[in-house]
Amino acid sequence: MTKTMKEALHSPSIYMPIPAWITNIRPMTKLEKLFTIELPNGMSLNHDPGQFVEVSVFGVGEAPISISSSPSRSDGSFELCVRRVGGLTNALHSLEIGSTIGIRGPFGRGFPIHRFHGKDMLFVPGGLGLAPLRSLIGQVLDERHNFGRIIILYGARHPSEQLFKDELAEWEARDDVELHLTVDRPDDDWKGNVGVITILFPKVQLHARNTVAVTVGPPVMYRFVLAELLAKGIPEGNIWLSLERRMKCGVGKCGHCQIHHIYTCQEGPSFSYAEIKHLKEAL
Amino acid sequence: MNRRGYGEFEMTFKIIPKSVLAEWFDALNRDYRVLGPKPKAGQFIFDEIQTIEDVDLEYPTTILPPKKVLLPTKEVLFSFDANESQFEPQIEAVPVIILGIHTCDMHAIALLDHVFSSGYPDQHYLARRTKTTLISIECLKPCSEHAFCKDTGTLSVTEEFDLHLTDLGEDYAVDIGSEKGELIMANAPGVREAEIDDYQRLETVMSQKWARFPYRLNFDVSELPSLLSVSYDSILWKILGTKCMGCGSCTVVCPTCYCFDVVDEIDFSLETGERIRVWDSCQLNMFATVADGHNFRESHGARVRHRFFRKGKYLASAYGQRGCVGCGRCAQACLAHITPIETFNELYRRQFLTVYEPRGTMP
Repeated sequence: MTKTMKEALHSPSIYMPIPAWITNIRPMTKLEKLFTIELPNGMSLNHDPGQFVEVSVFGVGEAPISISSSPSRSDGSFELCVRRVGGLTNALHSLEIGSTIGIRGPFGRGFPIHRFHGKDMLFVPGGLGLAPLRSLIGQVLDERHNFGRIIILYGARHPSEQLFKDELAEWEARDDVELHLTVDRPDDDWKGNVGVITILFPKVQLHARNTVAVTVGPPVMYRFVLAELLAKGIPEGNIWLSLERRMKCGVGKCGHCQIHHIYTCQEGPSFSYAEIKHLKEAL
Repeated sequence: MNRRGYGEFEMTFKIIPKSVLAEWFDALNRDYRVLGPKPKAGQFIFDEIQTIEDVDLEYPTTILPPKKVLLPTKEVLFSFDANESQFEPQIEAVPVIILGIHTCDMHAIALLDHVFSSGYPDQHYLARRTKTTLISIECLKPCSEHAFCKDTGTLSVTEEFDLHLTDLGEDYAVDIGSEKGELIMANAPGVREAEIDDYQRLETVMSQKWARFPYRLNFDVSELPSLLSVSYDSILWKILGTKCMGCGSCTVVCPTCYCFDVVDEIDFSLETGERIRVWDSCQLNMFATVADGHNFRESHGARVRHRFFRKGKYLASAYGQRGCVGCGRCAQACLAHITPIETFNELYRRQFLTVYEPRGTMP
């Protein structure tokens, strides 16, 4: 199955997508929709959590979008949680079920999940960062026996901007998942924590040396979250994050995602903090 | 591959008299699109040449490097029909000869070859590259005050050449570097094997050449990556940032700048269109901007630094070959007179020459 997708990429042009279909659209917030995508001939994307695809809307262009669904729950299709922010994503939002889009990928290096086995997992998504992290969380939950504690700290700006609310409720209900939520600005119904994501850190006690932290969020969040994670004593090599860049080609050529000599689309977008802490411009 | 050398004292090159070039070009023009350095508005460009009169092989440098042939400013990657979900790849491949490529540009092509054939091989580049025959020419005198090929080690040709010419006055000495080269030499009229006398002529020309080229860097180029590393936070980037207008001319004329953007062009029916690759530039404001508007290299200074680091360090780290081949085109093109020679020398001065100031006595 994988082979087919890889072969599709290697001939006749690495820039040519394969046609795919939108089979479901689920509005999530004012800005985000969750798209279910199906590839032709039952082809499977066969991705790793943390990887991305290049999505084409023909006539509009192409943009990199991280994969939201877990490989362990793929049943042939995959999901993209897309915020309406630019030309391509606006066009995507205007499409309907049954529309054709183009897909290239999956690209980049995902999270090395096998290296996390036996560890306590601390997930720190901020805002739209939950979209790519949901892929990893889903797989970790599906292999629950391979991991220790599972702690999720999720920050959103406003209750109405929380993504995957039904899944948050599911995680909340599980006794083997510790979920802490916060919002920057509450509404009248909000009963939970109020404040930026870092206010959640004092609420969790960690066995730091045995914890892997994975954080995905906007660039400004990383500085503060990393400081908290390091202060907790989590080893630098056990702190993982995903860097957002404008990966125009996905194949390490076009230069847009370059950080020093590193092409984020090839060597990333998932990096450990140890790998990038000396790379100025990375964060 | 035939290379010059005393090894067994073999004559490994051929001689083609300049008097037969016209006839040879006519022959080449029948089977190839022949591009060469052609005068235009006081400068030179690589352009189609029909006859020998069109071309000037003693040209100083061209406005654009030969990369424009291998990586066109704009190219169709594939065409699509939005309704039919059908794509048609466009892989152009016409036999082309690029004639009169300077050695710095050959080094640049070697780097482009590396970039576009490694990782995910780029079929569009490779299809054109495979059909392209490279005829390089030995540079016998400096072409521009901005060129520093002697420093960058690009004053001799790379192995990528199919034919390599050296001007011996009445004749060219011709090295044959590949089967493609052999093929077009087979059609050349009046070619003969080099004799001892030719070898001596070539040696005279080559030995006189070296001294004509000046060193322009105040340090050895092998120090460049570490010089840049320690200069990352130099105030010089801010200073250059205030001068730079962010026009991107430097990257357009650079023989090793290959960054691109990919855009869709759709026709009036809104149904069929083409996906296009166009040159892009890290010097432009939006280059490193992501969807939500965050720009990872927001200041001119950060973008200027990125370019110089890419040329002096990053590409060497990624591909083992320095990005700057010393051609001097970016200095020529820069409206703000930012030049690599002055920039690198100034970094060197700031890092090394101002730290320790001897005062007449040993410390």
